[in-house]
Amino acid sequence: MTWRTATVVELHDETASARTLVLAINDWPGHVAGQHVDVRLTAADGYSAVRSYSIASAPSSDRRIEISVERLPNGEVSPYLTQQVMVGDELEVRGPIGRWFVWRPEQAMPIQLVAGGSGIVPLMAMIRSHASADSTAPFRLLYSVREPGATFYRDELRALSSRGDSLVVTYAYTRVTPKDWPRPAGRIDRELIASSMWPSNLRPSTYVCGPTSFVENATKFLIDTGHDRDRIRTERFGATGERK
Amino acid sequence: MAIISRGFSGRRSAAGAELPPGQYLTTDFPVLSAGPTPHIPLDRWEFTIDEGGNTLKRWDWKSFCELPTESITVDLHCVTRWSKLGTIWEGVSLDVLLAAVKTDLPYALFHSYGDYTTNLPLKDVVNKQAWIAFKYDGADLEPEHGGPARLLVPHLYLWKSAKWVKGMTLMPHDKPGFWENLGYHMYGDPWKEQRYSEE
Repeated sequence: MTWRTATVVELHDETASARTLVLAINDWPGHVAGQHVDVRLTAADGYSAVRSYSIASAPSSDRRIEISVERLPNGEVSPYLTQQVMVGDELEVRGPIGRWFVWRPEQAMPIQLVAGGSGIVPLMAMIRSHASADSTAPFRLLYSVREPGATFYRDELRALSSRGDSLVVTYAYTRVTPKDWPRPAGRIDRELIASSMWPSNLRPSTYVCGPTSFVENATKFLIDTGHDRDRIRTERFGATGERK
Repeated sequence: MAIISRGFSGRRSAAGAELPPGQYLTTDFPVLSAGPTPHIPLDRWEFTIDEGGNTLKRWDWKSFCELPTESITVDLHCVTRWSKLGTIWEGVSLDVLLAAVKTDLPYALFHSYGDYTTNLPLKDVVNKQAWIAFKYDGADLEPEHGGPARLLVPHLYLWKSAKWVKGMTLMPHDKPGFWENLGYHMYGDPWKEQRYSEE
């Protein structure tokens, strides 16, 4: 797999700590929703650091991809990508990578997506791919965020979910809710999974992405509410909470 | 020739820490799994060695716990680029398990609860290179890290160290497992940066 030159053509902030980078890559071979890329930064003395980022954009023919990067407090690459990089800069990118946590427009069955925090990114690629392919597969998204201001893609999700019933979005706020929100702030629970996801007898395919403890909880509630574990795909990031 | 990233200096790893190419040091213990974490009651746990259809040896949890164990301190290297140094495990060496069977077959496919599989040459799991580990850092191995027991093959990328392991099938030829079928390298040597099958 070769390293390709990517030119930063657009930047915009998703939240106070996350930024989307639009990258133009002349020889981009195309991707499938859910895949990721390796991004390599190189210092003047040759030292380099590589991290993987999920692609946020739908497959398209314009040789561009978007990645959305959350700044990690002690990160090495994410502070650079969210604070230092400028339009016109060149980065090195390799990919696309991953053939497991992917959704293709040929998949016609109901889909449920469960996102925790920046785990929305690969799921957003699926939602965008679904919209751009005019897929009739019904999608449901349960999106857990700390507070309203931590929501990625808020306006776009609102627009896509108001275009009929092919995408239904449910938000869960873990720390602070919007005013008059019916559910108190708190982690996702079994009731929320049961009310926001498809009935298990429809045999939906499920994609869960988020921090480890979030994914452990979400998959447990999904299995508890009758969903087939073989139809649940996961992508986790970060450490387990319990151990240092 | 790499493109220099304007203004990037990076954070070099701690003095003296030598990592495989493209890895960074973490003190966390990240979790990567393709699906839900299986929870296996110990009274249903077993580990088998078979030749495909023909079971050569089977242990239940009780008989497995009677085997001699070793304390293992090793570095871990995950294909998602984190490395964690000096991790402490307790487990049963594959040398002990394989001493119970007679085979000339050169490859193994390890399989797990939750249907995960990964392939390894037999020469990579003998001679004190691989263990079935059931304790991490002095405590029972937590389910999300592969408990009750996982394979530990620290000289290869960590996806080879199958979580929730339940058996190994000995084979005359190499055969890709789960990630190996999805574009990851058949062997996975971190020092040669064998991440993907295309390289």
